[in-house]
Amino acid sequence: MTLPQDALVIDVRKQQGHFRLDACVAIAPSGVTGLFGKSGSGKTTLLRLIAGLDSPDEGSIHFQGKALTDSRKGVSVAAHHRNFGVVFQDARLFPHYRVRGNLTYGVKRSDPQHFSHVIGLLGIEHLLDRYPATLSGGEARRVAIGRALLTKPSLLLMDEPLTGLDGTRKSELLRYIARLTRDIDIPIIYVSHDTDELLAIAQHLVLLDNGRLIADGDLETLLMRFDLTEHLGGFNAASVLDARVMSHEPDYGLTRVTLDDGQQLSIPAEDAAIGQRLRLRIPVRDVALSLEPQHGCSYRNQLRAIILESAPHPCDPAAKEIRLGIGAQSLRARLTRKSCDELGLVVGREVTALVKTMAFALRE
Amino acid sequence: MLSDAEWDAILISLKIAGSAVGWIMIPGIATAWILARKQFRGKVIVDSLLHLPLVLPPVVVGYLLLLSLGRNGWFGQWLDSQFGVTLPFTWQGAAIAGGVMAFPLLVRAVRLSIEAVDPGIEAAARTLGANRWRVLLTITLPLALPGLITGTVLAFARALSEFGATITFASNIPGETRTLPLALYTLIQSPGSEAAAARLCVLSIVIAILSLLASEWLAKRSRRRLQGADAP
Repeated sequence: MTLPQDALVIDVRKQQGHFRLDACVAIAPSGVTGLFGKSGSGKTTLLRLIAGLDSPDEGSIHFQGKALTDSRKGVSVAAHHRNFGVVFQDARLFPHYRVRGNLTYGVKRSDPQHFSHVIGLLGIEHLLDRYPATLSGGEARRVAIGRALLTKPSLLLMDEPLTGLDGTRKSELLRYIARLTRDIDIPIIYVSHDTDELLAIAQHLVLLDNGRLIADGDLETLLMRFDLTEHLGGFNAASVLDARVMSHEPDYGLTRVTLDDGQQLSIPAEDAAIGQRLRLRIPVRDVALSLEPQHGCSYRNQLRAIILESAPHPCDPAAKEIRLGIGAQSLRARLTRKSCDELGLVVGREVTALVKTMAFALRE
Repeated sequence: MLSDAEWDAILISLKIAGSAVGWIMIPGIATAWILARKQFRGKVIVDSLLHLPLVLPPVVVGYLLLLSLGRNGWFGQWLDSQFGVTLPFTWQGAAIAGGVMAFPLLVRAVRLSIEAVDPGIEAAARTLGANRWRVLLTITLPLALPGLITGTVLAFARALSEFGATITFASNIPGETRTLPLALYTLIQSPGSEAAAARLCVLSIVIAILSLLASEWLAKRSRRRLQGADAP
């Protein structure tokens, strides 16, 4: 693999008690990279190394061709010289500064235009004169994100920014973050143990388990790998399809979207302009297959597809994992082994994939 | 209401205790920060040495000061020859003695309050581009302010009530080093001054209560600010 010059290249070892992090990975210099793994897999340890809050026992981290830390050359750039924005799990606002003071703490040169853009993006204009103790959990996180962005960082690190928020606040903040990833051109590393969050915003994925790298690459590619099913959601595994908004059906509360091969789908109403790109998340358990297009059935979405890959589920002997090709995109389905055998669902077979409109969950 | 001698004793006491707290402030905060945030070999030994003035008889401390800073002491000699400064039997000497006795109290209170500051908040400040000094001055110390105030008042009160080390090192010179406790001691020594002694006694109590009230008020104010001044 050839790396772009400006990638974040990590090759580190660090021992912490019984836990050992040993990771060698290159992170794309643009877009959102999800740093994914169970708790205790080393995500936060790796993030702290990147931020410069800890030093590796051995190894190096390079960003845009420059060494941030290199144990062999004795290089170690201090955290306050790295110019990386960090958003911590627990916001960590300064309790003795008002929101405005928190936001401007890291600003080197005042830039009112940038300031109003960022606070507008995060919806925190009305909080400027408050103290952090009076903010709700979601508001505090938004201020923390704003505080990091206002330093004009060359990389934004987010450590499980949704932890501890309830369902509504969580999806609200996730919408703010998703909007921000589209509007602001800074590479983001987003640490999470929640596949739904990552499916909603990440383009690349780095998978850690027990301090070791399991896989890294494009989100879509990794989601299609059966061997990663257990890591990426397991029972709740899902795949994503890119689609464009075609029209809205306000009477029924539906939106019609089109895939790149022209096939159309109905999804629950989405507040998006015609032509806007959406990423649809489809749980693998919600896709059914049929040999013929169906009539007189409630499945609103019927897609022509071809079976590209099929494998037994690694843990459940009753289930089979199927990968379908729909145009240039892939979609996964989990069926019973019995259905596969009875219908003769083998690789190369043309089928119709059935997806309920109501199966589409989190979208951005 | 007060006699000249009484005023003298009060002003000298305040001057000496104030200077004592003044000179130990920066070394005290630095020591507290190092003990709170750094791990190093021999930390336990440093910690015990710091507490010595609390457990040693004050006269011993005064005598050690005389040995080191006295006109013939190794450091005192150097001070005398280089700067022409003599400390024993001067109010500055009394301030040194008071400061030494108050030092462990200041360090203890400040250290506890620095330890209570979340290192995560300091880390957040560093990721925002703040160097070690800026983190200390804008995050750590402001957040440790209630403890800083408590420590300062404790140290002030300790220096104000200093007797043993002061009388040993700086003697009991009227108008120079005769603080409230020394004046009181002098009165007790001379028969027929019970009433005057009682007056000084009451004065000492009033000053102590006033400084405690002031520290309570200041600490409460700073705590309220930390918890968000416009919280309902």
